[in-house]
Amino acid sequence: MTAVGGRPVWMEKPKPLTQAAKGVALAVTVLLVLVPFLIIVSTSFASNKDVVGGGGWVMWPEHPTLRAYREIFDGGIVGHALWVSAGVTVVGTAASLACTIGLAYALSRRDLFGGRPVLLLILFTFLFPPGMIPSFLLVKSLHMLNSYTALIAPFLINVFNLVVLRGFFQSLPEELYEAARLDGAGEWLILRRVVLPLSKAALAVVGLFYAVSYWNAWFYASIYLDSDHWPLQQVLRTYVIGGAQLADTSAGDAGAVAAPQTIQMAVLVVATVPIVVVYPFLQKYFTKGVLTGAIKS
Amino acid sequence: MAIAERDATGRMGAAGASGEPDVPGRGARGSRRKRLRRDAVLLLLMAPGVAYFVLFHYGVMAGNVIAFKDYVPFDGLWASQWVGTANFQEVLGDDAFWHAVVNTLWIALLQLVFFFPVPLALAMLLHSLTRDSVRRFVQSVAYLPHFLSWVIVVAVFQQLLGESGLLNTVLGDAHLHTVDVIGNPTAFKPLVIAQVIWKDCGWGTIIFLAALSQVDEQQYEAAAIDGAGPWRRFWHVTLPAIRPIVVLLLIMRLGDILSVGFEQMLLQRASVGPDAAEIIDTLVWQRGLVQGDYGYAAAAGLFKGVVGALLVYAANKVAHRLGEQGVYR
Repeated sequence: MTAVGGRPVWMEKPKPLTQAAKGVALAVTVLLVLVPFLIIVSTSFASNKDVVGGGGWVMWPEHPTLRAYREIFDGGIVGHALWVSAGVTVVGTAASLACTIGLAYALSRRDLFGGRPVLLLILFTFLFPPGMIPSFLLVKSLHMLNSYTALIAPFLINVFNLVVLRGFFQSLPEELYEAARLDGAGEWLILRRVVLPLSKAALAVVGLFYAVSYWNAWFYASIYLDSDHWPLQQVLRTYVIGGAQLADTSAGDAGAVAAPQTIQMAVLVVATVPIVVVYPFLQKYFTKGVLTGAIKS
Repeated sequence: MAIAERDATGRMGAAGASGEPDVPGRGARGSRRKRLRRDAVLLLLMAPGVAYFVLFHYGVMAGNVIAFKDYVPFDGLWASQWVGTANFQEVLGDDAFWHAVVNTLWIALLQLVFFFPVPLALAMLLHSLTRDSVRRFVQSVAYLPHFLSWVIVVAVFQQLLGESGLLNTVLGDAHLHTVDVIGNPTAFKPLVIAQVIWKDCGWGTIIFLAALSQVDEQQYEAAAIDGAGPWRRFWHVTLPAIRPIVVLLLIMRLGDILSVGFEQMLLQRASVGPDAAEIIDTLVWQRGLVQGDYGYAAAAGLFKGVVGALLVYAANKVAHRLGEQGVYR
């Protein structure tokens, strides 16, 4: 990198027209992502009056209200689904991280007993992912249908995450291990006291990848679980994409209830917010090259 | 195949040559028993992960025998009758299957032509920015949609472009023609591409940006001093630098051509109908999990899996032949 944030001396001054074209292209990119969010968030906070006044859509609510959110959190389907999603995400991410760390750490040792064949067998699954039908039959025969385990166990380890973490462990200097061993530390101690504290960035990225995938999952919930067990994304699918009425909001007199559009947008916001909240933490690491380094290896 | 293979031998050779003294607890390859005892803790650490792969990958793989059976749920997988290749014959003689294959390939091709260049273009644009703060801001915004689920992406498109969505409300208010984008089979394929671009074009820039940042700044400088303008620098410095990664990604995409956004298709299949939206994966879902024809669905799925694996393998071979690195070595 030359002078931070500046134009290198050899580069000619850009033409105003080029600059303008670039500016427009960037602005369009940013607006195409942000405007839909703005509209959705605004609509979710809109009062019925705003919705009717805007012909169903609101760029900026004149009379903001939390009614839609109160309605969906007042128990009922969305509130329950939110708990399911949160629980599956937290438990799933913890389990996935623990198993991925153990496997990646063992496989990062170049002379591990049986390490080579195990690694080959795992990498082969990348070439040949498990099929939908045999997966379903296995989950069924393990009596996991209608159990939240079905949303976690079959997806416990992601090969890509495993390779990223293993690569990171291998990139730590060999001397570190040797010094710890000379101090008499066993593998368990080395992992906990030396390797993991040094791997925070990689663990954060992998952990957040797992969390995002658990939070976003809906398809397997739709085939493994009945509607009493659905996570938020599957509920969102049914009520926003499928257009079904949320049973617990259609009751009561029309005036007291938020417009269906507002409720739908509120559900959409609730499903999106956790991603947007963790995103800045994730984003911080992209630039650090944790991923690009791993992708290349 | 192993990503590790090369460094493993390289490292081990180096350690042997330098004749390092044995570190307590590790060191040169001892007898099997000794190594087993030495690695006991490590083996214990990896046991849950290995168990997972055995059960949920190789167990599932073994479950593919159902494709050769007439599966009767009551009898279970093992007691059901063997039927040889009857399921495959049914699949391969089925117009619906070939329709799904054509749809899959068609969508994959459209993605290759209309989606693939977009992240590359955006990456070039981002890379050309001289102000870091602007670049980081645009990057952050552009990556975001990648982390949203397909449910959210499809819902957003539906809400904005649907019959009573934002666009049509605006057009209606202005007394213009409303457009029929959502639930319209003719508009479905462009819509699918637009969704993919919206969701993943920002994320797709990462790998190109990494390649662009690897270019030696001095090459640009030298070219500029020699009188090369922006276009000539782009043509003679930038393009050769990113060619390997572009070729690699293209080949890998070709290897993965039988998979085109299963969740994305399934979410919209009901609204546009199977004629426009049926791909191989949704056909497997429909025939197996909805209609209960497990033998047919498993056969179709296995067919796709095997052809897909062969394509990835072939793609890697081609990549190596062209002197590029593949996904694996």
